Amino acid sequence: MSHSTDESVSDRSGEPVLCIRRLHKRFAPKGGPPVEALQDVSLDVRCGEVVGLVGPDGAGKTTLLRIATGLLVPDSGTATVLELDSVRDTLQIRGRIAYMPQKFGLYEDLTVQENLDLYADLQGVEPAARASRYARLLEMTQLETCADRLAGRLSGGMKQKLGLACALIKIPELLLLDEPTVGVDPVSRRELWRIVYQMVEQEAIGVLVATAYLDEAEKCHRVVVLHEGRKLDEGAPTQFRERVRGHTFVVQPRQGARPRAIQGRLAGQPGIIDATIRGGRVRVVTHERDRAAVARAIPAGLAAGIAAAEPTLEDAFMKLLADARSSRSHADLPAAPARMAFETHPRQAEPEIERGAAAGGAVHTRGLTKRFGDFTAVSEISFDVQRGEIFGLLGPNGAGKSTTFRMLCGLSRVSGGEVRVAGRDLRRAGSFARQRLGYMAQQFSLYGQLSVIENLRFFGRAYGLTKARLAERIEWALEEFDLRSHRDATAGKLPGGYKQRLAMAAAMLHEPDILFLDEPTSGVDPLARRDFWRRINSFAESGVTVVVTTHFMEEAEYCDRMLIMSQGRELATGTPGEIRALARTASHPDPTIEDAFIALAEGAAQPRGTGGSP
Amino acid sequence: MNAFQRRAMRLTGFLRKESRQIRRDPSSIALALVMPVVLLFLFGFGVSLDIKNVPIAIVLDDRGPDARELAARFSLSSYFDPVSVHRLDEARQLLDRGAVDGIVHVQADFSVRLARGAAAPVQVLVDGTDSNLAQLVQGYTLGVLNLWSQQRAARGLPTHLPAVTIQQRIWFNDAVNSTYFLVPGLVALVMTLIGVLLTALVVAREWERGTMEAILVTPLRPGEIMVGKLLPYFVLGMIGLGLSVALGRVVFGVPFRGSPSVYLLLSTLFLLASLGLGLFISAATRVQFVAAQISIITGFLPAFFLSGLLFDLESTPWPIQAISHVIPARYFVSASHTIFLAGDVWSILQWDALFLGVMAFVLIVLAKSRLGQRLER
Amino acid sequence: MGPTLIRITTLVVKEFLAIMKDPKSRIVVIGPPIIQFFVFGYAATFDLNNVRYAVLDEDRSAESRELLSRFQASPTFRLVGQLDSGRQIGDLIDRQGARLVLRIPQTFSRDLQAGRPAQIQVIADGRNSNVASVALGYANAIVARYNAERGGAFSGSAAGAAGPALQLVNRAWFNSNLQSRWFIISALGGLIAMIVVLLLSGLSVSREREFGTFDQLLVAPFRSGEILVAKALPPMACGMLDALLLAAAAVLWFGVPFRGSLPALVVALSVFIVCVVGVGLFISSLSSTMQQSLLGSFIFIMPNVILSGFTTPIENMPRWLQLGTLINPLRYIVTACRNVFLQGGTLGTIWPQLWPMAAIAAVTLAAATWLFRHRTA
Repeated sequence: MSHSTDESVSDRSGEPVLCIRRLHKRFAPKGGPPVEALQDVSLDVRCGEVVGLVGPDGAGKTTLLRIATGLLVPDSGTATVLELDSVRDTLQIRGRIAYMPQKFGLYEDLTVQENLDLYADLQGVEPAARASRYARLLEMTQLETCADRLAGRLSGGMKQKLGLACALIKIPELLLLDEPTVGVDPVSRRELWRIVYQMVEQEAIGVLVATAYLDEAEKCHRVVVLHEGRKLDEGAPTQFRERVRGHTFVVQPRQGARPRAIQGRLAGQPGIIDATIRGGRVRVVTHERDRAAVARAIPAGLAAGIAAAEPTLEDAFMKLLADARSSRSHADLPAAPARMAFETHPRQAEPEIERGAAAGGAVHTRGLTKRFGDFTAVSEISFDVQRGEIFGLLGPNGAGKSTTFRMLCGLSRVSGGEVRVAGRDLRRAGSFARQRLGYMAQQFSLYGQLSVIENLRFFGRAYGLTKARLAERIEWALEEFDLRSHRDATAGKLPGGYKQRLAMAAAMLHEPDILFLDEPTSGVDPLARRDFWRRINSFAESGVTVVVTTHFMEEAEYCDRMLIMSQGRELATGTPGEIRALARTASHPDPTIEDAFIALAEGAAQPRGTGGSP
Repeated sequence: MNAFQRRAMRLTGFLRKESRQIRRDPSSIALALVMPVVLLFLFGFGVSLDIKNVPIAIVLDDRGPDARELAARFSLSSYFDPVSVHRLDEARQLLDRGAVDGIVHVQADFSVRLARGAAAPVQVLVDGTDSNLAQLVQGYTLGVLNLWSQQRAARGLPTHLPAVTIQQRIWFNDAVNSTYFLVPGLVALVMTLIGVLLTALVVAREWERGTMEAILVTPLRPGEIMVGKLLPYFVLGMIGLGLSVALGRVVFGVPFRGSPSVYLLLSTLFLLASLGLGLFISAATRVQFVAAQISIITGFLPAFFLSGLLFDLESTPWPIQAISHVIPARYFVSASHTIFLAGDVWSILQWDALFLGVMAFVLIVLAKSRLGQRLER
Repeated sequence: MGPTLIRITTLVVKEFLAIMKDPKSRIVVIGPPIIQFFVFGYAATFDLNNVRYAVLDEDRSAESRELLSRFQASPTFRLVGQLDSGRQIGDLIDRQGARLVLRIPQTFSRDLQAGRPAQIQVIADGRNSNVASVALGYANAIVARYNAERGGAFSGSAAGAAGPALQLVNRAWFNSNLQSRWFIISALGGLIAMIVVLLLSGLSVSREREFGTFDQLLVAPFRSGEILVAKALPPMACGMLDALLLAAAAVLWFGVPFRGSLPALVVALSVFIVCVVGVGLFISSLSSTMQQSLLGSFIFIMPNVILSGFTTPIENMPRWLQLGTLINPLRYIVTACRNVFLQGGTLGTIWPQLWPMAAIAAVTLAAATWLFRHRTA
């Protein structure tokens, strides 16, 4: 192997494997203003160290990684990889690093095994060393049973895992990962990180990982925060956490009060940076070390108590961004959320029949089954969603969430069982029934060539909005989703967060009764995720039924009820509290939904629900 | 493992991947193997530039024996498929409808004038819509009339013998079978489709799907990517070539008078030039849709229209002729015609080979420089 | 406006915006038609110009010079050399130094003076069989004119051989200059409309599949019929626009006469475009990627062009293949376009072309609708 011998590994520990110095990079897109992707960024990664690169969308994370691999050339500054210059010595560098791009280059017409073989050949892995390496990688990614399946037939998360396996086929000296766990469920995520840390410990490689998941960044040795091309801060996660000690609180809701109500009141209040639901309680980050600010913002009778909370990296990150923004002009900030949190929208009078049909439940399934040939993707799923409820479909990759979802929307034929949405079978009901639902696809499917306003106009007219109504709703959408500044921008060139907002605006334009959201927060940074859930909450408050698939377990907290699936079967159904209770043990009295999910998935907890015995 | 072994491993790995993708993509197989067969059969049967059984109307206003004998001559000719029509305006209607392509009109005083020794005009009217056909109908009518005159003279009947007759010899293709002319040219078309269109599509697909970014950061060198892409499609192109030549020989009986080794050399050069063009297009556009458009415009259309495959280049205006000099297919079609029909004529082949070689070199170097190691150019 | 109409217009507006806003699609609509127009217009012709010929005059008499001067005066031929001996012919033809060699034997003037038919030899390079036979036709025509003019003098002088003359009166209708360019260009509108319509409609569904917007459409309250209509209209409009622009350019740029009725042309093109859009949507519904629909369209275009009579006459094809062309919509539009342009066609005269196209359109649309429903439902 080209890798150095074992004794030198320990010698090298602590040596820099990547030195980035005063990097500048500017892009000049055709017909748009130039974008400063990176401005004066410097950082180091040493042997045996995992450095997290965090920051919202468009912060310059991907650009930085691409410069380190030599895929892009900086305008000024240097990237030195293993003492080689990234521009001059590109080819020497490439034999010694591994890089996993955001959209990993899997060959969809090759099998899992053939993809691994290809990258092993390209990376020059000794034939003798392959068998054990493959076994380990396949085990880690839980793809052992799929070795002969075409990569194109894998679910999104499985593809991501295979991508990582291909990147790790050879033990590199420097590993660069660009959002490696987007779309990957918690079980696989944990496995994935275990492998990376194992490699760091055993082989003392250096890792630079760009991520939007702050709980992952928390485990890194060091974290670098990028924001709009600039480095905001750098340090160990503990340093970050210490800085916000005293700024974080947790609010216990009074018996019977919904945490969502408290969270909704707090979000966007002056002095409050962040409010989220965790484990049935509301976490709050404040500008000042000021518990009173929290108490003031909560109406009497909702909270049972306010306690100081152990700070997390996410809290620090939120504060850092809030400070960075308030120090600059307020012009391009997202509109203050408070105004919208409680805004309800006048709803058009609905035909009596529709109302009657919906009264029995917005979504109703019994024994829903989908088979592809011999393979049963979804087996006997039954659930009901009531009006105004936020219902989550949760599960690991390949669990059948998307397939179930597609059957609900009438996009996929049902192999068995029944499904009713607003009292109708969408596949038979004709186009009128679809008028009442909004749909947001996984990749925020928009017409990339069309501008924001043209997309909105199209979807508005598609649902038959009249001219005056359309103008009104577009105004509403531009305001609510803060898209006014990008009104005429081409949708395909919007940053991810804006795309998500536009997709949601398009889905909400015709004021649907039922909103279907397929992985709406996948690949979106924490700030945008908060905005998203705030909006979803306000829609639900105004009576919209929301069905959402997600693999972010913390987001499950925002759901009224959820269904957890695995391998096409139902594992459990219930409220967040009920789900958490499944994993409560003497040694672990206060589990999160993620803990419950992992326990369920690993069979440690007794599943519960209508059709879910394993 | 030394550097050479690693390089070999990279290359074989990449090649194995390419060949698997080709095998699993029905559209590649269709383009590489089915298309040559279809094209060859279509052109072999569907395209014929020869005159055969052309429908004509014969109007005999003179029904004397001389006139009837002349009419019989047309029936005997394999070029024509005559129908007898009583009146000229009827024949004109047939011509208008496109039911016949020409009218032979023997006027009422034909026998009288013939017997008197005066000029006895036979009128030939052709539908000029298809001017090529019209031209040929005129020529062949003349031939039939000449033959009739000569035979009358041989029997001592009064006739007007033409003063000068042409004894014609058509070399390399004495039966004037247009399939002999079309099949060698088609080989160029088949190889252009595989070399330019298919190659441009598959490489652009790697950019579109993001696989190129992952491949670029592996130790695989740009040169190795080139070879890895060139070789499988080279083999595919050669299979297409073999298939076309074999079908041309077996099904259509096209002669092959040159030496196979010379042909192999020239087709290798041509295929390399086509592959270079295909790779260049895909590396420069990186989008399948645009790559397909550009390869049809710069590859397929010139190979069809500016190569001499079907239309005569020397008869086109000079700007078109000038453009044709940078079209690789032009040189290959020329070489292909010569090797199939004439043999190894070095005075022609050496230039064809030289130009093809230079083009292959230039295009491959251009493609390699475009492929690069980075995302930005 | 009813809700259906509103939804269709909404979709149509979106499709147009998508085509026009994307610089790549914009080029597809504008670039290739223009390039194809000029390539076809200038390069796709069977007319001969500048046929290079050499002369071996072994007689060197006044008579031989007189005959040769007629070749020199012809715009079709271009003299490139005088040969000294018969041995040079082989080499000259082999290396394509000349495409024809005229050989006038020593006995030429002696025979003529003696009143015997004199023979000259014409050797042609048969590698391009079409050029060879057309050039020989021209040569025959030149000699025939020479004979006709000599004819008078002949019958007067030499005793015994005096006889009746046969006179060929050629009259090419509709296209009296026998320009094959008219023949090609008049039908070009149909061909290019087919390519544009097929590419745009072929990509319309598969593009949305590839970018994931298709689900979004299916979930919106569109009926599948509405989606189909909206997918069909923009390509049809682009195709029609291109075809009419090219028709105008044919008249204004290439001077092709337009003798028939414009409404007839528009009706014929409309029916034809409906046929093609059915095929395009069928291909698009079948394909899951843009590459597949591109190749599918291409595979459809090739045989259709060859078997349409666009470049070579359908009657030259074997019987079974002629029957096959009956389901080729391009065959009908090619005939209809030529009829309208060159033969002054009206709705009445192109009726035999209209109804088969309408029948084919019904089939392709039904198939596209069925497949679209089948693949999405």
